[in-house]
Amino acid sequence: MDLASARVIGAGLAAIGVGMAALGVGNVFGSFLEGALRNPGAADGQQGRLFIGFAAAELLGLIAFVIAILILFVVK
Amino acid sequence: MAAEGSGIDPMHQFLVEPVLGHKLVMHGYDISFTNSALFMTITAAVLWIFMLGGMQRKLVPGRWQAAVEGMTGFVANMMDTNIGPKGKAFTPYVFSLFMFILFANLIGLVPLGIVPGWHPFTVTSHISVTAILAFVSFSIVLIVGFAKHGFHFFSLFVPHGTPVVMIPLIFVIELASFMVRPFSLGLRLFVAMTAGHILLDVFASFVVQGFNAGGVLGIPVGLLSFIMIIGISALELLVSAIQAYVFALLTSLYLNDAINLH
Repeated sequence: MDLASARVIGAGLAAIGVGMAALGVGNVFGSFLEGALRNPGAADGQQGRLFIGFAAAELLGLIAFVIAILILFVVK
Repeated sequence: MAAEGSGIDPMHQFLVEPVLGHKLVMHGYDISFTNSALFMTITAAVLWIFMLGGMQRKLVPGRWQAAVEGMTGFVANMMDTNIGPKGKAFTPYVFSLFMFILFANLIGLVPLGIVPGWHPFTVTSHISVTAILAFVSFSIVLIVGFAKHGFHFFSLFVPHGTPVVMIPLIFVIELASFMVRPFSLGLRLFVAMTAGHILLDVFASFVVQGFNAGGVLGIPVGLLSFIMIIGISALELLVSAIQAYVFALLTSLYLNDAINLH
């Protein structure tokens, strides 16, 4: 396999990581909603923690995207 | 922009180029006024007008003043819940950070591309900008931490009640997670904006190429992409606000670590 095709395959594999982050972000918001519907009074106070969890989960997906970009454009 | 020629070039929109067309070089350094600098100036000017129009101290606020007070109240409230009364001194910094990032993100989404020869530039889609913002935040955390607590600041890396055997390991892990903070902070904003704009550009070129190709296949593809791009634009507006909020929120959390030490 030549480098060009290996690079495209690698970038495609890195995109799996972005999809995995979608699972993580969905889990964060889903769990928050589940808890918020059980106790709506406490939901507003936890919004900061919700977004911390969202940021942490999202970051890993974004790093996967960076890896894909690095493979495609930087690695020679 | 992207549909020039047959290929899609979604990276062209991130090109930093001199506004006036020619480079201005002084003593071997390129100091030309770029589109990045232009859009930072526009962001600062819009922010300045927005704030100046709203700071009126009327007892019954008008619409504009209510908008500005909503923003300041939002950030002040966030600082209060995350840091406590000691966080009040840092509210102006976090507010400036939040508003600059929010306005830069939103101005990058303004459809300037419909004017021929113009194209919008998202300042926050460059890591050189977001990394500097993150480093400024991180420097403030370090300076405040060491000024307030001296070398006691290092106790941040050893949580209370850690068994003695675990201290070396925990210290290394906490130190690594602390040192990664500025990079993750800058990288998150940069990648979120870059990815969103690449997505917008790709779908925009699908619209152009689909309608240009025409036929049974081209028109539906163009139409579907056009509907898609409306949805993605709405999503991007949401992402702009969320990323600005997350940046400000994480800065306030890191400041909380430096001020209150666990």
